Amino acid sequence: MPEGLFGLNPWLDGLIRLLLIVGLMTVVAMGLIYIERKVLGRFHARVGPQRTGPFGLLQSVADALKLIGKEDLRPRNADPWTFEFGPYLVFIPIFMGFVVQPFMADFNVRVLDLGILYFVAVSSVSIVGWVMAGWGSDNRYAMIGGMRAAAQAISYELPFVLSLLAVSMLSGTLNINEIVLAQWQVPNIVWQPLAFVIFFIAALAELNRPPFDIPVGESEVVGGPFVEYSGIRWSMFFLGEYASLFIMSILISAVFLGGYVWPFGQELGIGFQLLLTVIKASLLIFLIIWVRASVPRLRIDQLMGYAWKILVPLALVQILVNGFVLVYDLPMPILTVVGLGGIALLSWLTERAIRKPRAARASAIALQSEAAS
Amino acid sequence: MVTESAHEFETQDLLLNVGPQHPSTHGVFRMVMQVDGEVVRDIIPYIGYLHRGAEKLCETMDYRQGIGFMDRTEYLAAFNAELSYVMAVEKLAELEVPDRAQWIRMILVELNRLASHLMFMGAFGIDVGVFGTPFIYAWREREAIIDLFEEISGDRMMYAYFRPGGLAWDVPTNFVARTREVLTAVNQGIADFDGLLTKNEIFVARTQGIGYVSAADAIDFGMSGPSIRASGVPLDVRREEPYLKYDEIKWDVITEQDGDVYARYLCRLGEMRESVKIVQQCLERLQPGAIMPEKMPRMLRTPPGEVYIRTEAPRGEFGVYLVSKGGNRPYRLKVRSACLSNLQALKHMSVGQYVADAIIVLGSIDIVLSEVDR
Repeated sequence: MPEGLFGLNPWLDGLIRLLLIVGLMTVVAMGLIYIERKVLGRFHARVGPQRTGPFGLLQSVADALKLIGKEDLRPRNADPWTFEFGPYLVFIPIFMGFVVQPFMADFNVRVLDLGILYFVAVSSVSIVGWVMAGWGSDNRYAMIGGMRAAAQAISYELPFVLSLLAVSMLSGTLNINEIVLAQWQVPNIVWQPLAFVIFFIAALAELNRPPFDIPVGESEVVGGPFVEYSGIRWSMFFLGEYASLFIMSILISAVFLGGYVWPFGQELGIGFQLLLTVIKASLLIFLIIWVRASVPRLRIDQLMGYAWKILVPLALVQILVNGFVLVYDLPMPILTVVGLGGIALLSWLTERAIRKPRAARASAIALQSEAAS
Repeated sequence: MVTESAHEFETQDLLLNVGPQHPSTHGVFRMVMQVDGEVVRDIIPYIGYLHRGAEKLCETMDYRQGIGFMDRTEYLAAFNAELSYVMAVEKLAELEVPDRAQWIRMILVELNRLASHLMFMGAFGIDVGVFGTPFIYAWREREAIIDLFEEISGDRMMYAYFRPGGLAWDVPTNFVARTREVLTAVNQGIADFDGLLTKNEIFVARTQGIGYVSAADAIDFGMSGPSIRASGVPLDVRREEPYLKYDEIKWDVITEQDGDVYARYLCRLGEMRESVKIVQQCLERLQPGAIMPEKMPRMLRTPPGEVYIRTEAPRGEFGVYLVSKGGNRPYRLKVRSACLSNLQALKHMSVGQYVADAIIVLGSIDIVLSEVDR
């Protein structure tokens, strides 16, 4: 472990970093809620929050205070343990995922050699919390939502991990900091455009963001696992959602966009490094909000089919190509060409999967409903 | 409810209660879905949560007061509902409506159709899962229309502006210019919707081939309005039995052949464009003149008799069946609700599909619960 910023005692150093980051994260999540509301407002041709504080900046604070003040209700038939601990199990793994996120060269809680593996392992734990919340609420919407969340997480974990694997093959390490440093000349998105696209889609699904917000679909399952929660427990889900949005965009920017380095020189001050990370992550967050404002929700079968039939095979192809290029020492631009071709293939496959002949589908459904009735 | 199952393990279908407090039931509709995993096996609809006895109440009021109940029966297209009612009273009382009043009625009715379809677009966008964007877009354009209605009638929702014989008062002097302004905005709104949803891959994937109902089935269910025209039946009361001045202007009946949710969406989109055309032609033909017949009695009394008037409301055929035994109030008033008939097809359209599909199928029928329950 490199020498710390704070003191020489590694435990003290770690603790200070942890506290700083937990505090930072809560503030960031609240900030993100404000930003999302404001940006969505603009997309919606309205202005968003503006009454609380200057430009409505204190809206999240007001919301947080209101939520803390609300009664923490538990339905009579809910399973007490699973219901009460569900939110923590969603929340804690997300914060734990923060441990390896690189903001600057020396400002993570810990630099782990197996950073990516750690992140993937920890972040998938939170799905247990979703299922617990869904099951424990004794509500059918919540249960359907919890099951959807589990199915979705299992499906999208694969392309998520596989595209991360493709990148770490290229850098030859699972240490996120080293992956970042390896990109000081060319960010990975140039060599791995296909992996980036797959990872971005899978990340949207992992975050339960539209068009993959099936577990929480407001118009179908009315908030899914959250439907029975109120007050502080509900706000934990909410905070967790935005914290993971933040973490995920930091991760994408670190792994694909070169995090805190850029091609125009290696010696950057801490402030500039932080600025680079924040700018890259903000662009991604804006993109994710943009997607939210413009696309409808997929259906559960379309979602699963998309992961298993399109994303996973393409991610495997990407890994295969990476292997060939690395083993036979072929020139790197081959990767870019193949990746762009892969994106074209991906969009063609998506188009084809979506525009199945309409008559065939309608008659299949007619048959199905005849059989059912 | 335990049902026999072909699965290896014995499983039990889940009964999922949707509504009356559910964001996608467009009011207080309630349905109990029997779901097997994510697939809907059966739907039992329950209506009546918004029953107010509007028909019965009309029997205790004189003809003028009944207009208010019609507004509340079909609150998203109040002018259309008023129109059926006042036309029924006029036919019974044998009143001649002046030309100007007819043109103005036609403009308002078509504008109301636009407002109602905009409402559909917004709510449907939310049903398929776009967070808010189509809803607010629709609201923006609808607001322009509603503002215009407010300037004319003094109210944003319950206009009570049509009267048996004509109109309550004449429109403001800047009416034509204001309406043209509104039409420009609405045209822009229709284009926005077209761009936002019509070609969106996920929207297409979610709506095409879903909620299929064939032309024959649609007729059997007694569907009407865009819901039946999307199945390829060119049924439009405005064309079948022209009322007002619909036979004097040029417009098309929009039909789609596919009978699915996407077709119903396209049909409404096309109808909005037609409505804009109709209003534009009406504005050109609008002449100054009287808005009420010259010899209107102070208290409207009708001779005994019965009459059925149907008009094309945004959701389909809105009919008013009126029985009079003389005097100043109806003996019996029956509203033929398009939504109620269209709703009958819900089970047929959604059984065998996914839960999420059942929601958008319900959305595509575009129900107004106060009209279903009355």
